Amino acid sequence: MGYTDQTRAMYREILDGLKEAGIYKEERYIHSPQAADIEVEFPEGSSLKKVINICANNYLGLSSHPEVIKAAHEGLDSHGYGMSSVRFICGTQDIHRKLEHMLTEFLGTEDTILFPSCLDANSGVFEAILTKDDVMISDRLVHASLIDGIRLCSAMHDTYKHSDMEHLESKLQLHSDRRLKLVITDGVFSMDGDTAKLDKMVELCEKYNAMLLVDDSHASGFIGKTGRGTHEKYNVMGKIDVITTTFGKGLGGASGGCVSGRKELVEMCRQKARPYLFSNTIAPPVVAGVIRVLEILSATTERRDKLEKNTIFWRENLQKAGFIIKEGDTPIVPIMLFNARLSQNFSRDLYDEGIYATGFFFPVVPQGQARIRTQISAGHELHHLEKALDAFTKVGKKYNILGKTKQEIIDMYGM
Amino acid sequence: MEDMKEVIRQYVINEYVEDDSEIQNDTPLISGGIVDSFSMVSLKRFLENKYHISIPDEKATPEAFDTVDKIVDLIQEYIKG
Repeated sequence: MGYTDQTRAMYREILDGLKEAGIYKEERYIHSPQAADIEVEFPEGSSLKKVINICANNYLGLSSHPEVIKAAHEGLDSHGYGMSSVRFICGTQDIHRKLEHMLTEFLGTEDTILFPSCLDANSGVFEAILTKDDVMISDRLVHASLIDGIRLCSAMHDTYKHSDMEHLESKLQLHSDRRLKLVITDGVFSMDGDTAKLDKMVELCEKYNAMLLVDDSHASGFIGKTGRGTHEKYNVMGKIDVITTTFGKGLGGASGGCVSGRKELVEMCRQKARPYLFSNTIAPPVVAGVIRVLEILSATTERRDKLEKNTIFWRENLQKAGFIIKEGDTPIVPIMLFNARLSQNFSRDLYDEGIYATGFFFPVVPQGQARIRTQISAGHELHHLEKALDAFTKVGKKYNILGKTKQEIIDMYGM
Repeated sequence: MEDMKEVIRQYVINEYVEDDSEIQNDTPLISGGIVDSFSMVSLKRFLENKYHISIPDEKATPEAFDTVDKIVDLIQEYIKG
């Protein structure tokens, strides 16, 4: 037997080390559909607790929307449960191509290819379109899945300081001799909730003859006047060469993702992207659900407008209450606590008050930047946000951090 | 040699350090988490342009780039070569 007691002990030691370091992840079991109000079993075996969820990526409140559920049911009935195949063998239905056309229209691009997830899209896209003669230049804070995709690609890779356009320009100059240059960024950065300066980035890319890839997972469906994404917000629709995004957040929250952009780049993915070639297609009920989501979002901006209103209320009132938040205008609102232990205690106390919001600390965010990350949804009503605000204020008072500066909080709790 | 060390040290500070961390000539850059191994490429290209040398990829290892002192040793090898 290869799995000896010694091997087992080695793994136990690693896992115990994670617990001791306070970075061991535990799941909380939700017994209800995903929504603003959920029922949670935590810790395992305890009785169910009704809490307000303020940490889901359910930005548009569509995860359990009756019309989306109905569409998924209908998709299940008409197109079956699974395809038992990758796309290019016998895994492509009419609805897969229909969804690709709808995404192309929605995002304002030339063509789209579906992937089992956006992580898969990001894993596959670089190796499909670049070679060792090329260079990828990425923001230093891009999402982990982009980093994985970059690692899998033979092109040269360099980084620029987060959102620092001068630094990006110096990198474009440094690598001007490469055959192709691809600049890579998140549209909305998931930890800080800030947006990439896409107008400036498009200008630079045009000046230095580089392509631009944007992961708009935390933007598709709600950023920009009609929710098309960060490229709409910055008035550069049609100028982004590759957009990757997920259906696992604002667009219904189930699963799946895509690469959308220049026709030839999408075609290269269809020929060469390994997660597309070697992993199953998105299940028919999910495809049908996402189609309905896009129909809803194309018909009215009501949900993204409500999200915007909720976000303004949440940001303004947190600041009035005396919290330090990361500035911005997206529904990702980090409340800065700086100290890891404080963020864990704060999250636990919020849970006791009926609010589910998670603490983030090193290595997920830089050392000394621990926080509670809240994510606002169009599924939140005013009473949800008011109750959450009361709970935050109560816990904030307990730890005496309201109205305090960063330095004062650090002086009390350490980095 | 000291000039070269100072040029490289300043480049590392400007390029990679985003807080007030001190960088000495023996500060571990890559194993110390200051320079992401991903970002090493710009350091390599900077050195090649600045000193008119070509460092083969197989020699540009995280170990060889780990401190200012080691980087200078590597450069010297190629300037002499």
